[in-house]
Amino acid sequence: MLRNITIGQYMARDSIIHNLDPRIKIVITIMMITALFFIDTFSGYGLFFLSVLVIIYLSRIPLIRIIRGLKPVLFLVLLTLILHIFFTRGGEVIWQWGFISIEAEGLYTGLFMVTRIILLIMFTSLLTLTTSPLELTNGIEYLLSPLKRVGVPASELAMMMTIALRFIPTLLEEADKIMKAQMARGADFESGNLVKRARNLIPLLVPLFISAFRRADDLALAMESRCYHGGEGRTRLHELKVRAGDFIALALALLLCVAFIYF
Amino acid sequence: MLIELKNVSHIYADDFQGTEALKNINLKIRDHEFIGLVGHTGSGKSTLVQLLNGLIKPSSGSVIIDGVNITEEKTGLLGIRRKIGLVFQYPEHQLFEETVFGDVAFGPRNLGLSEEEVEVRVRESLELVGLDYEEFKDRSPFNLSGGQQRKVAIAGVLAMKPEVLILDEPSAGLDPQGRQQLISLLEYLYNKKGMTIILVSHRMEEIAHLANRVIVMSEGEIIFDDNPAKVFSEVERIRELGLDLPEITEILWRLNRKGLKVRTDIFSLAEAVEEISRELRGSEIC
Repeated sequence: MLRNITIGQYMARDSIIHNLDPRIKIVITIMMITALFFIDTFSGYGLFFLSVLVIIYLSRIPLIRIIRGLKPVLFLVLLTLILHIFFTRGGEVIWQWGFISIEAEGLYTGLFMVTRIILLIMFTSLLTLTTSPLELTNGIEYLLSPLKRVGVPASELAMMMTIALRFIPTLLEEADKIMKAQMARGADFESGNLVKRARNLIPLLVPLFISAFRRADDLALAMESRCYHGGEGRTRLHELKVRAGDFIALALALLLCVAFIYF
Repeated sequence: MLIELKNVSHIYADDFQGTEALKNINLKIRDHEFIGLVGHTGSGKSTLVQLLNGLIKPSSGSVIIDGVNITEEKTGLLGIRRKIGLVFQYPEHQLFEETVFGDVAFGPRNLGLSEEEVEVRVRESLELVGLDYEEFKDRSPFNLSGGQQRKVAIAGVLAMKPEVLILDEPSAGLDPQGRQQLISLLEYLYNKKGMTIILVSHRMEEIAHLANRVIVMSEGEIIFDDNPAKVFSEVERIRELGLDLPEITEILWRLNRKGLKVRTDIFSLAEAVEEISRELRGSEIC
């Protein structure tokens, strides 16, 4: 019953976007997002939207997935729009009723902000849709590695992320098993009010935590017995390699960013 | 109590391929049977066992318990779970309460029994598994040894007083002494308490020793369903399915192939010794 939870939202496809180096993808995303905040005209947004559409097409991700990804921020989008419409002042009054009025500036800023949020979410979800969590972690580790000199434990952070991701399915499976075992003893996870339901989760959560700690101990022991001693000098099975395509993508992204800002 | 499976199939739909875990299973389990359920990993044993107390619903077909079709009834599941106790693999992993008492009492409390009745049942089931009530009731289950933890977990299921007890690999990871105690417990529950027992195990000795009916599964189908002597005489087929034979059967069977005409349907050590020495005396080899 817990099995149909998907982790992250990665969609495996064979596309040129998927095959880009994760580091390049992260850098491009950061560049594009930064550029997005410098755009100050709707035509700039239009161009940004167009390039997002092109990337979606190239990545072979169904458009509907990206749109569905916007659902969680719908509330934020609406709130932004409403706040701006009613509270930002300036420009001519479009509509008035008592002390409530909508002014042109408010409507404009509201729409502007909303467009920005939507494009932001679309672009970042493109990154997570086309890059597997493991690749992402590798990319982040690599990009953070210059910070090792100032004491940021980049490899350890990456290892933590990798382990966490690796054990999500395992723990879900474990949870499913414990849940069934307790249900066989008459536990009820599906009825009652919120407080009762929360309390009913104790027979699930306690064994789950215990097993997670036990697993952590076992894993630490297994890693140490295979000589893991932190990220220092560690090599990897799949070295990240920047190819010509990656440079082209980066160059295109740079060009686009400049175009957005001057458009 | 009669358990009946009619044309039961189960497909795990969340896999991309939709693995067919059970294919058209027909099975009747009667009162006071001791069933040994064997099969290699992924043969569908666990799925079958979970179907029996309504933890999962079959994709098609029906599971009928005591005349009630549990695939249709929605509300009756607690009743079913009271009647059919299920001890999962490594049951000690589900312990969660602060005291042994609390953990064993979890099942009876869920049944809505009075506190006095709960206490009676906890005492009874702890003594059944061989743990002293006074000594253990207030201890934390997490400070017990692995073997004791398993006993507590099994007591937690017994406290619901099931008529049918299903155990999934209950002896996995136990030391020889713990295993022997478990076997004695199962014998006691079957002979003295009149329970129906379904034992899932990879240890054929246990099965041959305890069960009076053996069901062999492979690839989601029932391959054999007969008494141990008949099933374990299918030596070649059993091996093909990647399963072991009871050690005694193995020895008798090998002797038989070497030309010593011993019977191979013997499952106790004493009888086997007798059979072999009787044959040896009468043969030319000595």
